[in-house]
Amino acid sequence: MASVAEMDAPATAASRRWEQDPILSVEHLTMRFGGLVAINDLSFDVGRGDITALIGPNGAGKTTVFNCVTGFYKPTEGRIVMRHGHGRQDELANEITRGGLRWKKEGGQGIFLLERMPDHEISSKAKVARTFQNIRLFGGMTVLENLLVAQHNRLVVASGFSFGGIFGLPNYRRAERTAVEKAVYWLERTQLIDRADDPAADLPYGAQRRLEIARAMCTDPELLCLDEPAAGLNPRESAELNELVKFIRDNGTSVLLIEHDMGVVMEISDHIVVLDYGVKIADGDAESVKTDPKVIAAYLGVEEEEDIDVPEVLEDVVETVGEMPAKPARKPRAPSKAAAPKPAKRAGQSAKKGGKA
Amino acid sequence: MAAGIEASASSRKPAGAQAEAEARSTAPASTGAAASGNLAASLRDAAIAAFLAGVLGFFFIGLRTDLAPGGLDIRARWGAWLTSIAIVFVGRLALNVFVFKAAHPIGEGMGAKLAGLGTAVPGLGKWLARVLFVFALVLPFFFTTFFPGRDRQFIDLAVLIMTYIMLGWGLNIVVGLAGLLDLGYVAFYAVGAYSFALLAQYFEIGFWTALPLAGLLAAFWGMILGFPVLRLRGDYLAIVTLAFGEIIRVVLLNWYNFTGGPNGISGIPKPTFFGLELDRGDDGFAAFFGIEYDPIQRFIYLYYIIFALALLTNLVTLRLRKLPIGRAWEALREDEIACRSLGINTRNTKLTAFAIGAMFGGFAGSFFATRQGFISPESFTFLESAMILAIVVLGGLGSQLGIVIASVVMIGGIEMLRNLGFLTDVFGPGFDPVQYRMLIFGLAMVLIMVWKPRGLVTTREPTAVLKEKKRIGADMVAQGEGH
Repeated sequence: MASVAEMDAPATAASRRWEQDPILSVEHLTMRFGGLVAINDLSFDVGRGDITALIGPNGAGKTTVFNCVTGFYKPTEGRIVMRHGHGRQDELANEITRGGLRWKKEGGQGIFLLERMPDHEISSKAKVARTFQNIRLFGGMTVLENLLVAQHNRLVVASGFSFGGIFGLPNYRRAERTAVEKAVYWLERTQLIDRADDPAADLPYGAQRRLEIARAMCTDPELLCLDEPAAGLNPRESAELNELVKFIRDNGTSVLLIEHDMGVVMEISDHIVVLDYGVKIADGDAESVKTDPKVIAAYLGVEEEEDIDVPEVLEDVVETVGEMPAKPARKPRAPSKAAAPKPAKRAGQSAKKGGKA
Repeated sequence: MAAGIEASASSRKPAGAQAEAEARSTAPASTGAAASGNLAASLRDAAIAAFLAGVLGFFFIGLRTDLAPGGLDIRARWGAWLTSIAIVFVGRLALNVFVFKAAHPIGEGMGAKLAGLGTAVPGLGKWLARVLFVFALVLPFFFTTFFPGRDRQFIDLAVLIMTYIMLGWGLNIVVGLAGLLDLGYVAFYAVGAYSFALLAQYFEIGFWTALPLAGLLAAFWGMILGFPVLRLRGDYLAIVTLAFGEIIRVVLLNWYNFTGGPNGISGIPKPTFFGLELDRGDDGFAAFFGIEYDPIQRFIYLYYIIFALALLTNLVTLRLRKLPIGRAWEALREDEIACRSLGINTRNTKLTAFAIGAMFGGFAGSFFATRQGFISPESFTFLESAMILAIVVLGGLGSQLGIVIASVVMIGGIEMLRNLGFLTDVFGPGFDPVQYRMLIFGLAMVLIMVWKPRGLVTTREPTAVLKEKKRIGADMVAQGEGH
């Protein structure tokens, strides 16, 4: 893994960017469904211009975090701050929180308290776009139409809330041409330009994944949330996806992604947050996360203080993490991170932990 | 019977069809045995069906109660009962032999041919629409010229069909485009009709002034309905809209002082032609233009009003489809959650769909009031809602042309069944075909839905094209929450 070696050097200083200039801060987020605590007092930052990966075993609460961030769930407790413009802007954020406002924007700066905003405003005002774990395209509409629907809000204004559009005013026609141009731009980026007039449901699986990303990008997001974008992709498609995500980051959109494919995560992420049972167990760059014994324990089901002495499990570690962990379970653990009470042993379960609610 | 159902069901499902085809290809090896086995099975199946028909029909057909001195008199009709059993037996046997268990079923590929019709003749839909439009334009003169004796009846029927076309197009916005199953559409028809009738009664407002007001009021009630159902999906949405339709009707029925209750409202003014009444008077339409007065003129005028209103509905719908709001409606039908993730305010989008659909219902309602001259809550029962919805579903959800065809077939067809006088020659003078028209109508609907389950016109036309316009097959298009 060449990229790992490259990442090593700036790992300490520059990679703390998510603390200096976070675009999104999740603060003390708790989500309960009845008696079930899906997320417990979770805090993390997403750096502006970073690709941040949210990983964890099945049922760790990753998608719940996504749903809270994008407004599909209202969190039980906690604050989710989305920022436009640089800096932490803590004063403005606190002022809005106290004032009972939902968001405030002045000049290039803006603070949006996502837990107070309805889902469609999170997309249209706070500029957070998302994709879904199970693809949600408008299957009966063409690829181009899918991308035009994504530009709905701008087009509605241009069409004079449909009154101007009914009479075919030039203003709307101009806006639609611009919208088609933007759609074409993203279709070319995602290699879907030849399928532009086909119904979305007709596309192969990998193309549908790319179309969903293109559709999200057509909303001009500041932050793009990808829920398992590489699920079900073959290695070639997966590699293309990496390039696409990097392209999106390099063009000024921060990316938050959930992913199970460690190849993707380790290669493209600037910052990784690891969840297990709704609690953060690790937070840092790829290098520090992959050697973190808690992470290894969570993924492989090794009991915390145990050595990995079974050769098959060790192989799994190497396979999953990408290289041999120096001293898998013997590293001295940071005492502060021991807060999360671990349920009983998970030894004996294989690398994939299933069936957890 | 159970085996028969399985066989008939499997012939429609692709998996079953494939299995059947395999079975057929292996059949020739033992043709004789298979054929006799088939016949025996067919006979057994037909016998079971006949037995069931006998059990079910025993009370309904076999026995008849008549009023007799001192109470009811029960009378057996064994002839009719046995005839019905025989009809079921022969019919079932024929179906088994020629369709379900035949090597080459009659009607094989018929569905495929029907489906292929649209693609086989490119632009068929476009040409059909043009021909129908031109015909609709000259329709009154066509009938006055070629059917001078019965022109009034035909034009009246054309007005009725056109009203349903307009209602179908209005409901199509809600059900076909936005995918919200509305079982109470007749409520807006009623609001439109009563708005005009009451405005005319209390404020002496004419048709043309009342028309936009009726549309606005209906749109307002559309929003009132829209709010409580915003969070509902599927079956629940259908139930609430159904209840809403009934509430409106029951209020109209019971608010005696205001709406006249079951007595309805009569003496609703006729529409004028730029202030000219279409009557025999000296300042009427005929006198003004110096032509001879003919009562048919009023019918022709009514026809052109509803034609213009329907055309307006169609043009606005076609236009809105290509605007962001129309695309948002269709996106809502496809996937509401994805809509929300793209920043579309689904509440407003649903409300506009309800309001605009209701507005056209209101227009049609006030036209209905002025055409009839008398309205009562009886005209706005659930059956009307069901009829309009059936037109939309039969025509193909979201298809404007399909709705026209479905309206002509359904409304025109029901009326045409009144003219089946020749059947009395077959079944004797006591036979009244009008009594059977709903039965025939229901049967026709079942057959159409079996052959074309997604309606008559099943392709969707994209609203934006980059290079080449490709029509989208119905199997890709979602049907919305209510289905």
